Amino acid sequence: MALEKPYLDVPGTTIFDAEQSRKGYWLNQFCMSLMKAANRTRFKADERAYLDEWAMSEEQKQAVLARDLNRCIGLGGNIYFLAKIGATDGKSFQQMAGSMTGMTEEQYRDMMIAGGRSPDGNRYTHEWEKR
Amino acid sequence: MARITASVYTSHVPAIGAALDLGKSGEPYWQPVFKGYEFSRQWLKEHRPDVILLVYNDHATAFSLEMIPTFAIGCAAEFMPADEGYGPRPVPPVIGHPELAAHIAQSVIQDDFDLTIVNRMDVDHGLTVPLSLMCGQPQAWPCPVIPFAVNVVQYPVPSGRRCYNLGRAIRKAVELYDEPLKVQVWGTGGMSHQLQGPRAGLINREFDNAFLDRLIADPEGQAQVPHIDYVREAGSEGIELVMWLIARGAMSDKPPVVRHRFYHVPASNTAVGHLILENT
Repeated sequence: MALEKPYLDVPGTTIFDAEQSRKGYWLNQFCMSLMKAANRTRFKADERAYLDEWAMSEEQKQAVLARDLNRCIGLGGNIYFLAKIGATDGKSFQQMAGSMTGMTEEQYRDMMIAGGRSPDGNRYTHEWEKR
Repeated sequence: MARITASVYTSHVPAIGAALDLGKSGEPYWQPVFKGYEFSRQWLKEHRPDVILLVYNDHATAFSLEMIPTFAIGCAAEFMPADEGYGPRPVPPVIGHPELAAHIAQSVIQDDFDLTIVNRMDVDHGLTVPLSLMCGQPQAWPCPVIPFAVNVVQYPVPSGRRCYNLGRAIRKAVELYDEPLKVQVWGTGGMSHQLQGPRAGLINREFDNAFLDRLIADPEGQAQVPHIDYVREAGSEGIELVMWLIARGAMSDKPPVVRHRFYHVPASNTAVGHLILENT
């Protein structure tokens, strides 16, 4: 008997549950290390070398280097941890969130000012499969 | 005897703190947000409590993945604003109330809620933005604050029902405290928002306003709503709203007086909601 995970049926959304957290432990702990200014400096000086100090998978390292937040999340990253990479890059939370939607920064900002993304058509995965 | 006089509910969007700290609160984008709290600042001056128990969540600041307490109560004498990657917010340190916090821990744990007792912790925007919204930019916060952190970052987070019942246990604990303190309980976070994935930017005005209605009039009913409804309707981060049920559960069983209600979209990625409820 598998555990019930109804949240798998929400499109464009990855819930950070215990399983994701286990997969992403080192990825997220790497992100956490960027809360210290000295670590941010070292990371920026040589990203690859800094990442190699962590027990992350090669896939996770590549996703960080590419700043592909959707891929980071798929590999166990959590947005509040990944936000430390954005802070290191001088990006706002809105820029980070927008970067995952396939929209430009301006399109995303305009969507939010206009009231945000409607839940209509965005509640179940089958609604996205039709697209 | 101590008593709970009122509860305050508000979103805790980090960009609101940044707008205040960088002197942008008068800009057209931010003006409507801060206008919604003008009444509240005056109200708090006139109804200053002796202690605030502030329910919030830590955003991968004090708690990394090394330890993930579901409920954590801050029992220290002082809590410093955290550096979340942009430098610490220029706000006053948070003075705790170790005596009442220890008393609440003692009572609530005996009522079967497993609180983690925290004696050293920095506090992030989840705690300091509500204080800024309600108090502006003072030299010191108006009273001691007990930080009460809830895990809503890693699923499963506590259910609405458990949060509501925890609020009731907190109410009982406060009423058993000998000193005649006036205590407010604040519930923070929400409202609808999603910060991750291709669905980021989700906002649901209907859900949010129905939540506000029901939190006021039928909190027991709202407490039965399962996680999946929050995730699907209010976004993956909209689940923060379960924290409001802790503050609501701490209120009297009699209907409260609705002193103030405010709703605005957007603040950055998020719908801002705010309520002040008084016990009669």
